[in-house]
Amino acid sequence: MNSAVLVFPGINRERDMARTLALTSGRQPTMVWHAERELPAGTDLVVIPGGFSYGDYLRCGAIAARAPIMDAVRAYAANGGLVLGVCNGFQILCEAGLLPGVLMRNENLRFICHDVFLRVERSDTPFTRGYNAGQVIRVPVAHGEGNYIADGETIARLEGEGRVIFRYCSPDGMVDPNWNHNGAINAIAGIASERGNVLGMMPHPENHVEAAIGSTDGRGLFAGLAEALARAA
Amino acid sequence: MKARVTVTLKTGILDPQGKAIEGALRSLGVEGVTAVRQGKVFDIELEGADKGKAEALLKQAADKLLANTVIENYRVEVLG
Repeated sequence: MNSAVLVFPGINRERDMARTLALTSGRQPTMVWHAERELPAGTDLVVIPGGFSYGDYLRCGAIAARAPIMDAVRAYAANGGLVLGVCNGFQILCEAGLLPGVLMRNENLRFICHDVFLRVERSDTPFTRGYNAGQVIRVPVAHGEGNYIADGETIARLEGEGRVIFRYCSPDGMVDPNWNHNGAINAIAGIASERGNVLGMMPHPENHVEAAIGSTDGRGLFAGLAEALARAA
Repeated sequence: MKARVTVTLKTGILDPQGKAIEGALRSLGVEGVTAVRQGKVFDIELEGADKGKAEALLKQAADKLLANTVIENYRVEVLG
């Protein structure tokens, strides 16, 4: 797995992400600065990590979404290349037009920073083949703006086309307002693009891959990706 | 030339910040406020004196960056 991790000023989860990618795939990712115009040759996964690119000025992700490297990411995604955006990465993908909708301020106005439970809605995507459909995983969130919203027509399309990949849920997998931490519509925590090759999610699976941390529930996402790419190669 | 771009949330989009401000006004004893929606104002200075050109440029700025048209509307004013 030749992964590229994008780095914008103000991003702060790029090292966690790089460590996880190296651990799960056995290959060190390439760090790619936002001012670059091309992705490294042979890249088979682009990852946009979390953080606070440009201090969340204007709107979270808005300025990073217009950085030079994002034109290369758009072209790469248009060719079917795999793109994963986590947290600020999800916000950037929405602002860049690679995913629909937008992440608004959390409903309760608080920055939320704790573990959440996610229901994996399907296992037949390159991002979730390491899980079973309906499986519940525990991973952390750390965001102030994760309240996903889009217009009614877009939500109906996302749901109808099975593009909601992760939902906030209770420990036993029930979708319930009490477990929908940020107020996202339909408890949406992660969605995929129309072709399924771009995934954005607010929680941080990269932080739950080592037993020393107390949970390895995030590992399936990266191990599954590495396996999908090894098969395709 | 001076200009102003005002960005507001579209109707129907939930505005948690506006709601919090509304609550704070109530707790300060400011009576009669029935709703608050928070927006943004950009005061911009431009080269040249062509009003039509300025409006086109500001529209471009708003569409490309200043507003996220999924959730926001904007209004452009050339103030002269």
